[in-house]
Amino acid sequence: MMHRPIHELTDAYRRGDLTPTAAAESYLARIAALDQQVGAYLTVVRDDALAAAGESERRWRAGTPLGPLDGAPLALKDVLCTRGVRTTCGSKILEKFVPPYDATVVERLRAAGAVVLGKTNLDEFAMGSSTEHSAFHPTRNPWDLTRVPGGSSGGSSAAVAGGLAAGAFGTDTGGSIRQPAAFCGVVGMKPTYGRVSRYGVIALASSLDQVGPFAQDVEDTALLLAAIAGHDRRDSTSIAAPVPDYMAELPKGVEGLTLGLPDEYFIDGMDPEIERAVREAIEVLRGLGARIERVSLPTTRHALAAYYIILPAEASSNLARYDGVKYGLRVAGRDLIDMESRTRAAGFGAEVKRRIMLGTYALSAGYYDAYYGKAQSVRTLVRREFAAAFAKVDLIVAPTTPNVAFRHGEKEDPLSMYLNDVFTIPGNLSGIPGVSVPCGFSGAGLPIGLQILGRPLDEARVLRAAYAYEKTTAWRTRQPELV
Amino acid sequence: MTEPGRISRRPPSDGAGLTDPAPTNYEVVIGLEVHAQLSTKSKMFCGCTTKFGAPPNAQTCPVCQGMPGVLPVINRRAVEFGIRTALAFNCRVNPSCRFARKHYYYPDMPKNYQISQYEEPLAEDGFLEIEAEGGSRNIGIQRLHLEEDVGKLLHEGTLETAQSSLVDFNRSGVPLMETVSRPELHSPEEAATYLKAFRAVLIFLEVCDGNMEEGSLRCDANISLRPRGRTELGTKVEIKNLNSFRNVQRALEFEVRRQAQALDAGERIVQETRLWEADRGYTRSMRSKEFAHDYRYFPEPDLVPLRLDRAWVDEIRAALPELPRARRQRFVSQYGVPAYDAEVLTQSRALADYYEASVQALGSAAAGNRADRPKTVSNWIMSELLAALPGDDELAIQRSPITPRHLAGLLRLIEDGTISGKIAKDVFQRMLASGDDAAAIVGREGLTQVADEAALSQIIVTVMAANPRAIDDYKRGKKEAKGALVGQVMKATGGKANPALVNRLLEDKLSKT
Repeated sequence: MMHRPIHELTDAYRRGDLTPTAAAESYLARIAALDQQVGAYLTVVRDDALAAAGESERRWRAGTPLGPLDGAPLALKDVLCTRGVRTTCGSKILEKFVPPYDATVVERLRAAGAVVLGKTNLDEFAMGSSTEHSAFHPTRNPWDLTRVPGGSSGGSSAAVAGGLAAGAFGTDTGGSIRQPAAFCGVVGMKPTYGRVSRYGVIALASSLDQVGPFAQDVEDTALLLAAIAGHDRRDSTSIAAPVPDYMAELPKGVEGLTLGLPDEYFIDGMDPEIERAVREAIEVLRGLGARIERVSLPTTRHALAAYYIILPAEASSNLARYDGVKYGLRVAGRDLIDMESRTRAAGFGAEVKRRIMLGTYALSAGYYDAYYGKAQSVRTLVRREFAAAFAKVDLIVAPTTPNVAFRHGEKEDPLSMYLNDVFTIPGNLSGIPGVSVPCGFSGAGLPIGLQILGRPLDEARVLRAAYAYEKTTAWRTRQPELV
Repeated sequence: MTEPGRISRRPPSDGAGLTDPAPTNYEVVIGLEVHAQLSTKSKMFCGCTTKFGAPPNAQTCPVCQGMPGVLPVINRRAVEFGIRTALAFNCRVNPSCRFARKHYYYPDMPKNYQISQYEEPLAEDGFLEIEAEGGSRNIGIQRLHLEEDVGKLLHEGTLETAQSSLVDFNRSGVPLMETVSRPELHSPEEAATYLKAFRAVLIFLEVCDGNMEEGSLRCDANISLRPRGRTELGTKVEIKNLNSFRNVQRALEFEVRRQAQALDAGERIVQETRLWEADRGYTRSMRSKEFAHDYRYFPEPDLVPLRLDRAWVDEIRAALPELPRARRQRFVSQYGVPAYDAEVLTQSRALADYYEASVQALGSAAAGNRADRPKTVSNWIMSELLAALPGDDELAIQRSPITPRHLAGLLRLIEDGTISGKIAKDVFQRMLASGDDAAAIVGREGLTQVADEAALSQIIVTVMAANPRAIDDYKRGKKEAKGALVGQVMKATGGKANPALVNRLLEDKLSKT
């Protein structure tokens, strides 16, 4: 039953071959048996999951399921606030924080009948690309337990890859869904900024964060996105645009679509196995009737630098509230300032502190224009370049990552870690949607991801191309062995 | 642009006890920053109620408690109030404005940043006309912007010395409107005048209740001195904690003397923030420029730029009420009341409305409109009604047990001689207590003036018989003895006798004895 996509599970519920309770129990049993090796979860909510599965089961029996996700066993990155269930953000400072509210995304998933199995691990406050920098424990890649699952949503990608959840949700601020999806050989999608509500999503960088699904295939990705997409009046940055019927769009194929190949994403010195796999994938798409055209996105080389100004600036502000006064960790001190200093010193890890300092500096009087102002100008250029490219092409295809999953402890230097997101960051700066879909394996048997980027709010076409590609290839049939 | 009321307690280091008269060789330059709490039903960025006086933290939600992951949503009503005020102050309402985050750590501020406006405020470049020395003047208003209020700390003593401190977030997120004047006020009195006129406009617009004691209206002042004739500004000092008109004026008067003394002594004025200690009557240093906060403003990424639809602004403009100044002038010209009365009657829109409604009710009620009626109504409102009500604010006026129609009814009874002015004051008190109209009370209590000559003559004869001594006195030329007899007659009638009639009848009888 494991490694069966959600749409197959719900088909089985409909036929009566399987019940949501049985599915939830199998996943919970597998988590209990195997998650010690992977470390995908921070919190498993066994009782809640079984209660939700029981209700789902009654609905399926009565022939009144809430929709295609009713009874789907899912995992949530631990940045999504869950009412009554602790939400840690992978940080000591929120280790015991229990939100009194559900994120809009969580609310919508519950309304769709989803069964939440638990909360998944991440780099603390979503700052990282390896899920090694959780305050609690690292997560391992189910394909090779000595390697990282990517990050920061590595718990969610590892859960789906390892058969520890049928689907999952993460957040993508600079690639934190697409990169771990690529590293773990699953599908991961970052929707357009504003497509999905950020209400109740613990913020890293408000202007970049976006929630999106991890799934075993593109069809599930479409189902999961459909459940959470759409305007939310509690999030002023969410877009009030109708959500298309993604499922109806999927089978339309790529014939007649023009795919852009950005020169700047195929660079000297890139991992030859990745280049080969991605170029082969492009040939598959050409074979399906797509036209391939070169495009240029020259500002790509400045995107990383701009990102590492904007992100820390916003993060330094968003994380100011964790001071020990209202909730979360409090370390006693001589006086108020001492208490706040000790709390933040003990509650935050090294990378979080590094980014708070970078961001505080970048926003300081006298430096604002040189750093934050300049970074915003670069951001505008990146956005314009994508807009110009999308005037010529329907989609852009590129590698998701410059390398496959690396070993734990391999990237000690923060800068080399940051460079892992070089192909995904431009998508966040410009706000456009993107998916990573498996497109092969390295010689060592590690997954490789193909990234497909689209115009703002054009998730349907992105998914359509990913679906066409997936249907023509058999990468999905390979699964990691966990024993 | 400064946060409301950040206070650190330190003993005064300078300036105490200056009492010299204000100097004349310097020109005083003052600008005021006013924070007004908007009277919206809900908070600036969440749906919590803004009601005053609830138990601590009863009116909070994850948004105004700054919990992780929550997001602000702009209160449209607060924006409307801001636009209404901006238009009343003749400001340019910007077609697009933005919110920004202002950072500093303080435990009453849940996010450790305040959502405010910085580079792109709601409105700019307006003015407020005030009555200044030598006629009316326009005081420039530099900008008007919206922001959220912070919570409140509860502790014994000071934050630095208290064993513990509790935080109440009920006020956190209440909408504030900050209005910054240009440095165009030239005396402490002028500053107080500006603030009074400012407050009256807000109350007329019904955007703020104007209550300075409860902190609905808070004022900070920037003040500098320069030798007369110079054009460049002196070093400015910011003064905080000015929570009444009187304190604004006293604090500025103190600061003028302090700065003048320093300048006279050849000292340099330090750019700093000073705190007004109302109880002790001096300002003391709070923090100098070197310790000024770096607020690290940047555009609030959780909110999109606020675009203001022209049609909406025009709609708000069309619905603006007549403002205090215009109304005051109209009261003088239309009703012929003195300027002082007009000033008092236009302190709030509710009061001005009350006055006009009373005048109209009285005017249309009886034939033979009398020219002094508007003044009579004004007298009754100023000396009786305002003394009896708990305040002159909207709520007090609206809840007045005596309606304008009832007041007019009372005055009509005086006019037609049914009751005396003296009895009327008594009736007024009964109206206050019962909410009944004057005629009903007069009828019920039998307070109608005794104007029956025969009945009064009878009483006068009895009184005269009982007071032979007074009659003798009167006859010997002590005319004031008649007053004692009038008093006795009034007493005998329970105050209901028509005094003019009593006088005439008594004189008549005395001349015959």
